[in-house]
Amino acid sequence: MYRYIAQRLLLLVVTLIGVATITFFLSRVLPGSPVEMMIGFHPTAEQIAAAKKELGLDQPLHRQYVRFVSEAIRGDFGISLRTKQPVVEEIGRRSLATIELTLLTTLLLVVVGVPIGVISAVHSNSPVDHTVRTLSIAGVAFPVFIVGMLLQMLFYGKLGWLPLQGRLSSEVYLDHPFDRVTGMFLIDTLLARDYVAFRDAAAHIVLPLATLTLVTLPLVTRITRNLMMEVLQEDYVRTALAYGMPRRVVYYRYALKAMLIPLMTVVGLTLGFLLGGSVVVEFVFDWPGLGGYVARSIAASDFPAAVGVTLVLASAYLTVNLVVDLLYFVADPRLRRA
Amino acid sequence: MSTLEADVGGLAPAWTGAHRWKRIRHFVGSHPLFVIGLTVFLVIVVAALAAPWIATHDPLAIKFSEKLQAPSAEHYLGTDSMGRDIFSRVLYGARTSLMVGVVVVGLAIGIGLPMGLLAAYFGGRIDTTMMRIADVFLAFPPLLLPIAITAAIGAGLFHAMVALAISWFPWYARIMRSSVLRVKSELYVSAARAMGVNHTNVMIRHAVPNALTPVVVQGSLDFGYVILAAASLSFIGIGAQPPDIEWGLMAAAERAKFLDFPWTVLCPGLAIFVTVLAVNLVGDGIRDLLDPKHQEFK
Repeated sequence: MYRYIAQRLLLLVVTLIGVATITFFLSRVLPGSPVEMMIGFHPTAEQIAAAKKELGLDQPLHRQYVRFVSEAIRGDFGISLRTKQPVVEEIGRRSLATIELTLLTTLLLVVVGVPIGVISAVHSNSPVDHTVRTLSIAGVAFPVFIVGMLLQMLFYGKLGWLPLQGRLSSEVYLDHPFDRVTGMFLIDTLLARDYVAFRDAAAHIVLPLATLTLVTLPLVTRITRNLMMEVLQEDYVRTALAYGMPRRVVYYRYALKAMLIPLMTVVGLTLGFLLGGSVVVEFVFDWPGLGGYVARSIAASDFPAAVGVTLVLASAYLTVNLVVDLLYFVADPRLRRA
Repeated sequence: MSTLEADVGGLAPAWTGAHRWKRIRHFVGSHPLFVIGLTVFLVIVVAALAAPWIATHDPLAIKFSEKLQAPSAEHYLGTDSMGRDIFSRVLYGARTSLMVGVVVVGLAIGIGLPMGLLAAYFGGRIDTTMMRIADVFLAFPPLLLPIAITAAIGAGLFHAMVALAISWFPWYARIMRSSVLRVKSELYVSAARAMGVNHTNVMIRHAVPNALTPVVVQGSLDFGYVILAAASLSFIGIGAQPPDIEWGLMAAAERAKFLDFPWTVLCPGLAIFVTVLAVNLVGDGIRDLLDPKHQEFK
């Protein structure tokens, strides 16, 4: 078990260095160098030389590479070209908004998506199952931003129930100064017992949350359904049903328990889709997290910021999946002895 | 010998002569969604190719005097905030999206296929090296890798396509590798080697054609996802740039006022949805046709 953990940690480090290497060499090999991005069009020769020196581009390639990777490992991604502030600090200010959104979405996916998948599998080829499958085939063809904008049209434009975008209304932001204890507004406002601010924060998160959940739901439902179909073929499920055990007990206690490990894997992998999807969702809803930040950084050719955020998001994803793999040992006692 | 015959093995005779048509007819009859998807897809392809003749206006012509008009007889899908005809732009946008799909999937297969082939055919250290490289790419969250690569090389439609191809090729390397590994143990490969056929010929004439089916299936399934991903990249401003005509970019450009002028966003959005749905239905059909062992959803 410990050997396995050590192996996985090593693989994590190797992968991250690999990712840093890929981004580094792509940015140097392909047209559109960081210098061009930094100083824009039609620079003078002196400007180019000065910018190259500032970015360390006058050094030989291998030395640039070593410097880039060693600084990245220490969490130093340099200064944002756009805001002239350390990228690490900018990431720190925005990360909790993204964490709040993705955590809640994951929770919702498990609470909604998994039961739908189970029901679809248990009643396979029934009208319910066909509806779920048809919806998920149609669902994966929807672009994330159109789902978001449709929800905005309906709930803000037509019904006026929910705010269009952002994380808090400006009045609440000014008049309700609650402590940023965790950085997640839903928790912070409750800790401060500021229910007006809580309601405002909750109203703001509904649409981004719904969008991110809707676009990931087909994936979670489909995988859960396929996993459940496999488990239902098992002998012990058939035996339990033959003994006349209540179906609900068999499905939700025995079958679902056997699905626990593959399901944890699904949740880990879903996080990858969520991080990708959150970039678009945060952009649509002006959610002040890392996703919208990285999109704007790339559009503004802010190389250090863009690379820094993507590396941080990638590490988060890899770490979560490592933790998920390690949780196998908790979920399945047989693995601990191996 | 065709790819199909090899893959279905014992069923091969069913694919010759009259039986082949019988089987295809049966398949078409039992897969209505495939037929619908294929029809819609072909219509889109024809519309994209014939865009210059079907389009009612110049898709790039800016006319502020006609901006933000609702759909009418003059402008079938209305006009955008610069007075450009949305119907014509949606038509030309189909060209971009289909081109992106073909180029990205083609490029990804172009890189992944030789990698997988070499890895599986020679095995050993070549195999390990190639697959570790693929693993690094696969360890990355889906849409985030193209974003990271675009971050490194800058925004733009061409860069986004390169980025998407780079993040997709490891899948093809993996699939090709396992497919070739299966073919490699077949008798006809050993026989060819024993008869003195050199490695290059064995790979190109025997291994590749017979190992291609899963790659084709995966390619047809990926086509829609690539179109979606490219539209998302363009929407957040790191893919296509004006004056490119791209559906994601069209939706993004009208973001400021879309609540009052919903057609400016809904038309390109619906175009993406219909195209991706049709492509996915075709992809599912091709999978069922070429890979009868696939049992998902049964």
